[in-house]
Amino acid sequence: MMLIQGGRIIDPASGRDEVGHLVLKDGMVEGVLQGDPPAGFDGRIVDAGGKWVVPGLVDMHVHLRDPGYEWKEDIRTGTAAAAAGGFASVACMANTQPVNDSPEVTKYILEKARREGSADVFPVAAVSRGLEGKEMTDFAEVAEAGAVAFSDDGKYIANPLLMRRAMEYARPFGFPILVHSEDRDLTAGGAANEGWTAIRMGIPGAPGAAEEVAIARDILIARQTGGRLHLQHISTKMGVELLRMAKKAGLSVTGETAPHYFTLTDAALEGYDTNAKMNPPLRGEEDRMAILEGLRDGTIDAIASDHAPHDAFVKECEFAAAANGIIGLQTSLTLTLGLAEGGKIAPSRIVELLSAAPARILSLRGKGTLARGADADVAVIDPAAEWEFRAQDVRSKSKNSPFLGWKLRGRAVLTVCRGFVRHSTIEGVEADA
Amino acid sequence: MDWRRKHVLGLSDFRPEEIEFVVDTARSMEEVLTRDIKKVPALRGKTVVNLFFEPSTRTRTSFEIAGKRLSADVVNFSSSVSSQSKGETLLDTARNIEAMRPSILVIRHNASGAVQFLSRHLSCSIINAGDGSNEHPTQALLDLYTILKSKGKVAGLKIAIVGDILHSRVARSNLHCLGKLGATLWLCGPATLLPREMARTGATLTNDIREAVRDADVVIMLRIQLERQKSAYFPSIREYSLKYGLNKDIFALAKEDAVIMHPGPINRGVEISNDLADCSRSLILDQVNSGVAVRMALLYLLAGGAQ
Repeated sequence: MMLIQGGRIIDPASGRDEVGHLVLKDGMVEGVLQGDPPAGFDGRIVDAGGKWVVPGLVDMHVHLRDPGYEWKEDIRTGTAAAAAGGFASVACMANTQPVNDSPEVTKYILEKARREGSADVFPVAAVSRGLEGKEMTDFAEVAEAGAVAFSDDGKYIANPLLMRRAMEYARPFGFPILVHSEDRDLTAGGAANEGWTAIRMGIPGAPGAAEEVAIARDILIARQTGGRLHLQHISTKMGVELLRMAKKAGLSVTGETAPHYFTLTDAALEGYDTNAKMNPPLRGEEDRMAILEGLRDGTIDAIASDHAPHDAFVKECEFAAAANGIIGLQTSLTLTLGLAEGGKIAPSRIVELLSAAPARILSLRGKGTLARGADADVAVIDPAAEWEFRAQDVRSKSKNSPFLGWKLRGRAVLTVCRGFVRHSTIEGVEADA
Repeated sequence: MDWRRKHVLGLSDFRPEEIEFVVDTARSMEEVLTRDIKKVPALRGKTVVNLFFEPSTRTRTSFEIAGKRLSADVVNFSSSVSSQSKGETLLDTARNIEAMRPSILVIRHNASGAVQFLSRHLSCSIINAGDGSNEHPTQALLDLYTILKSKGKVAGLKIAIVGDILHSRVARSNLHCLGKLGATLWLCGPATLLPREMARTGATLTNDIREAVRDADVVIMLRIQLERQKSAYFPSIREYSLKYGLNKDIFALAKEDAVIMHPGPINRGVEISNDLADCSRSLILDQVNSGVAVRMALLYLLAGGAQ
């Protein structure tokens, strides 16, 4: 039993945004009480006065690197980083070694997460066997083992016929195909956004059109097949616009972006900083503004970190040779909270982007809501906390973040997953073993 | 002038007076080169390592001669990027060389920013001898030196740079260098090799070589990598040569006393016609000659010569 009292309870899935007391019982949400805190409560009591009490956050796009690249991250450290960032659930991508294209790998991930995880892990399996873009994974069998969606993330499904078949075959099962939209012929080896910064610095550019062409193709395939399409890490203005059009046309298309795409632009590449290198690349200011607008007006459904741990060895090198990606689980919430400043985006919308929406897209039952009977997954957020993101605070094995040293505002002070405290900076509230 | 730089990584952050100081120093070095005994003891006991990850003869030789004229011990280390991919990282290679205690590393690498990256991890002085498509500062300085010798000034001159602007580190360093000294710069090339964003440098962009060359004081032709044709940047070498090559008819549009430059190695009959490459208005060999004096100046300044 746990009572989280006096916080501002924001639960967009049930339309709640009011001060109250949240009661958790037997790993589930028991309910919300109003008025004076209940006297003589028999269980743990957490004071959340002045804080937000929200559903345990859901990150629908992370790389846990386990199995196969455990020196970069593993399920234990990746989920510890998740909990430290307010996340109670993460969906992990399939580009492990071996690739998650089988029930065995899916089960391995689930079992290890159950044993060692600080957050719930939902495996996303590969669309194509070995991520080779040739033949389909055994969708039904892998889904029965526990995969919640399919994605060749990191790789674009270049063959439009395979994409068509995958979307069509997946349709009756109801799970979405998550796509990394990038026409590699157009990227042509580009290592940064094609724009003034890359041109000035002599870095081969990847044009925004490489993403946009791919998005347009897959929206049209979704229309043809009636399948569910989810666009990962949208980074361009026209990418947002295409998603807007697809939604207007009534298609079953959703989209996510990552905090770095609304926080940074390619100006961050200055000095050839490899921690500003990711795929898709950081874009220009016009794109950044369009992402913000897409988040504000509801075009973009969810925010996901694309948490991509890399050891220093593959980042401490010449820019062109450096690995793509940054860690994000511990900065995703705080950077998103920044959107509330100046009233740009309402708090309930911020919470939705980080919990209810991704849970809905992945059909995660009992996640992303504080409705009675939901999993007892809760994040308590101090929206005013001032802190600095330091290397020693990083819970991941890898420290590849462009936000190290940043002065940030707002953070999770408590993360509860299935009733267990997995992260706490509140005095007197200890994390469970 | 108070010279405080430890490295010469690029000209983007050079102040005009620093550039002029290098030129002045190069002039005194050139005087050395006219002596019977073309050697001074300025860098005696110092070691200069040419660390080249990309093939080069002229730049490497130029640095080698420059170092030797100053009595430095000069060592050449060539490594192909392919041998790097077999295991040793760039940083490991550079750290190994640094462990032998050189005073100055002269580095060329095919990745933009590779030299800046190494400068953050090594403690010796570094001169960028060309990094990817980013900068080639010593080439730009020797181009400037050559122009000054021929024209006496740079401010107000119309200088056209023609060719593969997109991939050219020479163009970028020249834009920084000549731009800061007040030249009127024109960039010309096929649209695929001349990004429109380059207009932000203040240069005028054109896809018509006649427009670029008309009334120019200096025409800098860039080497076209023949492989670019395979990546569909232009239809054929023949068409490139016809539309973007410099020949007598087009050069006739330039000022009467205009000069031709080229960082080399030239593709005769492609970006420049045979006769023009060897004509009296071609400063191509003067550039090579200036290179030694300019590189001597930089080695001298980085070794603390000005203090």
